[in-house]
Amino acid sequence: MATQAPPASNTPLTETPDAIVVRFAGDSGDGMQLTGGQFTLSTALAGNDLATFPDFPAEIRAPQGTLFGVSAFQINFGSRQINTAGDAPDVLVAMNPAALKVNLPALKPGGLVIVDTGEFTKRNLDKAKYDANPLDDDTLAPFDVLAFDISARTLEAVEPFGLGKKDGLRCKNMWTLGLALWMFDRPRQPLHDWLNKKFAKAPDIAAANIAALDAGHAYGETAELSGPLKQVNLPPVPSDPGLYRTITGAEAISLGLVAGGQLAELPLFFGGYPITPASAILHHLARLKEFGVTTFQAEDEIAAVCAAIGASYAGQLGVTSSSGPGIALKTEALGLGIMTELPLVVVNSQRGGPSTGLPTKTEQSDLYQAVYGRNGDAPMPVIAARSPGDAFEVAIEACRMAVKYMTPVMLLTDGYIANAAEPWKVPDPDGFEPFPAKFLTEPRGEVLEPYKRNENGSRPWIKPGTPGMMHRIGGIEKDATTGNISYDPANHQLMTDTRRDKIANIPVPDQEVAFGKTTGKLAVVGWGSTYGPIKQAVRRSIDKGCSVSHIHIRHIWPLPKNLGELLSGFDRVLVPEMNTGQLKTVLRDQLLVEAESLTKTSGQPFQIAELEEAICAYFDGVPGNEGGEVRANEQQLPSPVESE
Amino acid sequence: MNAPVKIETTLKDWETDQEVRWCPGCGDYAILKAVQRTLPQLGSDPANTVFISGIGCSSRFPYYIESYGFHTIHGRAPAVATGVKLANPDLDVWLVTGDGDGLSIGGNHMMHVLRRNVNMQIMLFNNEIYGLTKGQYSPTSREGTRTPTSPIGSVDHPANPCAFALGSGARFVGRGIDVSKNLPDVLKAAHAHQGAAFVEIFQNCIVYNKDVFDAFAAPKGAEGQQLWLADGEPMLFDKGEKGLAFDAENLHFTVVDVVDGDWQAAGVRVHNVKNRVMAHLLAELPFGAFPMPLGVLYDDPAPTYESAVIAEREASVSGKEPNLAKLLSGGQTWTVDGTAADPV
Repeated sequence: MATQAPPASNTPLTETPDAIVVRFAGDSGDGMQLTGGQFTLSTALAGNDLATFPDFPAEIRAPQGTLFGVSAFQINFGSRQINTAGDAPDVLVAMNPAALKVNLPALKPGGLVIVDTGEFTKRNLDKAKYDANPLDDDTLAPFDVLAFDISARTLEAVEPFGLGKKDGLRCKNMWTLGLALWMFDRPRQPLHDWLNKKFAKAPDIAAANIAALDAGHAYGETAELSGPLKQVNLPPVPSDPGLYRTITGAEAISLGLVAGGQLAELPLFFGGYPITPASAILHHLARLKEFGVTTFQAEDEIAAVCAAIGASYAGQLGVTSSSGPGIALKTEALGLGIMTELPLVVVNSQRGGPSTGLPTKTEQSDLYQAVYGRNGDAPMPVIAARSPGDAFEVAIEACRMAVKYMTPVMLLTDGYIANAAEPWKVPDPDGFEPFPAKFLTEPRGEVLEPYKRNENGSRPWIKPGTPGMMHRIGGIEKDATTGNISYDPANHQLMTDTRRDKIANIPVPDQEVAFGKTTGKLAVVGWGSTYGPIKQAVRRSIDKGCSVSHIHIRHIWPLPKNLGELLSGFDRVLVPEMNTGQLKTVLRDQLLVEAESLTKTSGQPFQIAELEEAICAYFDGVPGNEGGEVRANEQQLPSPVESE
Repeated sequence: MNAPVKIETTLKDWETDQEVRWCPGCGDYAILKAVQRTLPQLGSDPANTVFISGIGCSSRFPYYIESYGFHTIHGRAPAVATGVKLANPDLDVWLVTGDGDGLSIGGNHMMHVLRRNVNMQIMLFNNEIYGLTKGQYSPTSREGTRTPTSPIGSVDHPANPCAFALGSGARFVGRGIDVSKNLPDVLKAAHAHQGAAFVEIFQNCIVYNKDVFDAFAAPKGAEGQQLWLADGEPMLFDKGEKGLAFDAENLHFTVVDVVDGDWQAAGVRVHNVKNRVMAHLLAELPFGAFPMPLGVLYDDPAPTYESAVIAEREASVSGKEPNLAKLLSGGQTWTVDGTAADPV
């Protein structure tokens, strides 16, 4: 959202704002995610900064026209830095009554709503549980409305291509995209090229979609003459010179793992089992075999992690990935990885829980699981990505730690980061520090000691197949040097302490302040995907005169050594999390700091306004912040799910 | 995959310095010796051999073999072994499991390692009981087995390991007995088979299920109760005086008497290890009315999983250069030059 949001009285599109939020909403079969994805690309190509939030139901094709079948894609873009997908949309495109009903409560007062009247039939109104047609009463009075028959216009446009009504209507999303391209003054050629490539084998379909896109674009000009529609041109964002692309978190993690394998000079073995929202990583890596990547779709989550452990044992870099429920299944095997001290990267794309929970919604509620959730004293490093682009670096860091310290490493991301896209400055691989894996090929003394440690506390990695180095490892407690089975009490005490210290002593970079001063009244401490909204909320609060800083933690276990001292420079510590206060507990436990919680578990990311409100509550009496009130136009609006 | 280099070893070379901790008299000792006797005959290289196991009495096996060894977690050895083989197909992998580890908690992984046909030898020690947890009934325990968890007799129907393996798509199924002198021959045939080779070994748990296989495994009267199968040979037992004939009309075997060694006249069937239907019938042959079929029930190789994975990888990477910089800059990109953005 905008640093300086436009005043509430103004319709955003009548003047040129510096950022705009658009939400495309329709039936889950209407192709809204595709429309959003292509609009994102055109936005990126126009040089605007952006952040997206795809929000779709767990059902693949929920019954048509129903409230629970609504799929939405929100994009926030502008001519300045964008950190979140935006609180409230300025523009809502609603392809049917259900999409309008679910998404209208989020629309900014005075915002523009575009609806397809062709879908506002009695039947569809009933399915959306509308007693009366909202186009006919005062439901839409607070908004600007552009209501017309998109369905009919689409059919008109594709008529020359002999498509039936059903296939013809499937071009509706392209018609809508065409209109959106016109609204924001975007070239159509990249879309034409994309459609021609996508439908190379069906030129008629490509031509029909292009015709629909062009018709939607042409309609914009007509509508501008008589209606509320205005063309808006957001100038490009000034950014660092370089090559850019858009990237989702799932892509970034996949690329980071590939880079990590290359930097470790190891083939990458990825064991996975399909699960939302983690599958995308398996999909991406399955296509990258030329980088020495083997992907293994296992029979279950347990086999996926066990095969990865087997691959690491045999000398590759084993990686497994899942979401919370799948990580739970892998947990016993993680203990084996910790006991046998083999490298392993575990990616958790968190979703709403517990149990099956909310598979397509985002949450940060697996932090306890990552830090504390194993039987026995079984520590492993835990690191978290804060944005799609950041996930690339974090994935490399996970590989580095796994190889250097011979340990499983947990990488936390979430459904929001996995699916959201942002512009990403393509890094130069020559700038990465390699961390080549070393294998022990000869005994270091008279006898082979597979558990004798180096200066990092790591045991040697010995590949089966190495002559003269035969030894046995396993999940039973082992002697501190020979690795043979040992039930000796003193040895178990020693080994437990050793495993704990090995992880606790891993050096992690000192914690820096993400935004604001290094001391002050309030530290807002976050981790993971809350980075964007916290940063913006803190920025706004500072603008109002509040003494607040944003600290965002990447290394959750072990924590940065300076974190306690850093936090002691603040009077209060607020920890916003999409869970019931899990990082807060870790901070209290590890640092004896009086961390306070701000929690949210609605399956939706934090909005800037709600964070700002919470921060402002600490600063009653600060000039410009009388009573801690939030400006009217930025108050939290109900999210789509809550309004359902 | 490289052809394995055969090297010369002796039984002693395969013994570790670890004290063997099975109960005195356990059938596992006999199996350990049979394997340690077999490995030199195969020309196996200890440095290239990996024993992988799950949890249970049988799964302590790797600690006693001087090769690479991985004692994993309960039921998951097939999954770990699959990762090992995909990472290094040249390794000679032996999987050691039991009836609980391989068919109960790990039944799923057993099914998938067999249907994928990952090249390894799988030895399932079947003692029809949980030994290491002190004697509860297992998925192969017969109905009515009295144990601490089934004090008035178990009501579960037992699983048949060989039938399970065939049903999962195994291309090699063999059977042996812990103390049998023929066990090394079955293991050698399993090793020669390229692909997942499943061997059920009847193993006597002398503490919790003593002599449960005595009806066919006891030396006394064994000839009349054991049918040792050999490819291309008639299915004869009881010193050649009895054999199995096939009732084609009713699709089952019958036991026939062989007079003066004329097995052909008696209609005794010749064993064909590539006949999958017969393998199913042999695996499920009810003991009592019939002898216990032992040896190689089925052996019909098919391409291994790892060879298919490698072939697919080679095909998909041919002509592609692993260029990380190019990968990172994939998709639609744009360059920012100074302060303005120019689409490219």
